[in-house]
Amino acid sequence: MVNGKRVLIIIPALNEAGSIADVVGEVRGELPGVDVLVVDDGSTDRTAAVAAAAGARVAKLPYNLGVGGAMRLGYRYARDNGYDVAIQIDADGQHDPRYVPKLVDLLDDTDLVIGARFAGEGDYNVRGPRRWAMVMLSLVLSRVAKTKLTDTTSGFRAANRRVIEMFAGWYPAEYLGDTVETLVHTARRGYKIRQVPVAMRKRMAGTPSHSPAKAMIYLGRAFAVLTLALIRR
Amino acid sequence: MKLTLVTGLTGLILLVTIVELLRRRQLREKYGMLWLAVLLIVIPLSLFPRLLDNVAGFFGVVSGVSLVLFLGIVFLLLVTVHLSWEVSALEEETRTLAEDFALLRAEVEAERAARTQSARDELVSHDG
Repeated sequence: MVNGKRVLIIIPALNEAGSIADVVGEVRGELPGVDVLVVDDGSTDRTAAVAAAAGARVAKLPYNLGVGGAMRLGYRYARDNGYDVAIQIDADGQHDPRYVPKLVDLLDDTDLVIGARFAGEGDYNVRGPRRWAMVMLSLVLSRVAKTKLTDTTSGFRAANRRVIEMFAGWYPAEYLGDTVETLVHTARRGYKIRQVPVAMRKRMAGTPSHSPAKAMIYLGRAFAVLTLALIRR
Repeated sequence: MKLTLVTGLTGLILLVTIVELLRRRQLREKYGMLWLAVLLIVIPLSLFPRLLDNVAGFFGVVSGVSLVLFLGIVFLLLVTVHLSWEVSALEEETRTLAEDFALLRAEVEAERAARTQSARDELVSHDG
């Protein structure tokens, strides 16, 4: 329980055996009253076993579905087990669970809360096409959601019961669909979205890519996904 | 005459293949019927390529063969688009199945863990 609400932390994980135990351990240490569900998205390493040993509930997908597939499974679990709040956290340890109570509090008058970097806290920097993609996404999505959104691809989000219900039935499995398209969908259906500044930490394992070609492809795909999301119903 | 033989034989071989696949239940009827219908149009054309010249003239195409080529490409394009659509639907279905399966497995494992825990507790209380 966090402030009288039943909270489920959903951690989608793909081959994160190196960091998942620390992430689960930290969440359980900081937030003793919450349940942790690790969704193993078809890992080929010992992610599921390590997570279970660290005290998380584990749902293991038979093959890789992508973050979207893992998250819909998480929201279905949250709905079926009657949780009031579902919070998505990355498995690489870049999200600080100490922000969770802050996100939960904001759900009183908001439906979906996004933990956003660049919003004043922490020191996270990107340049080039990746930066342009982020600027484009935040400009358009802020307009659609009628609130200031600076970090639209953040994987740190909290959803209340109404949004859990919606995401359990509808959650895109495609690239960027889990972040960009869900925001458009949620905003269009009249749910209230807002972001709170959070500091991001260095990943405990794995490295982000810095190739300029990949950054350009990312920009193109982000544009395509955004356009599609806007012309869809 | 030689050409007619080649095209006619090709059509016949395709027909036999489709029928055989259907007979062995390797092909769903909805696809098999589609290809049979296509062959019913193609085989007469392979024997008498001039058959469509009048229709072609009506559309401003000089030769019936060109018309067949054009229609054939359009048709194949439509078929591949349809198949992509079918695959998308299948992926959505298998995704739902995978999620259902993972949820059930999690439930079963939680229950099993609870059962072994209670069995252990019972043992401890018997000992004590």
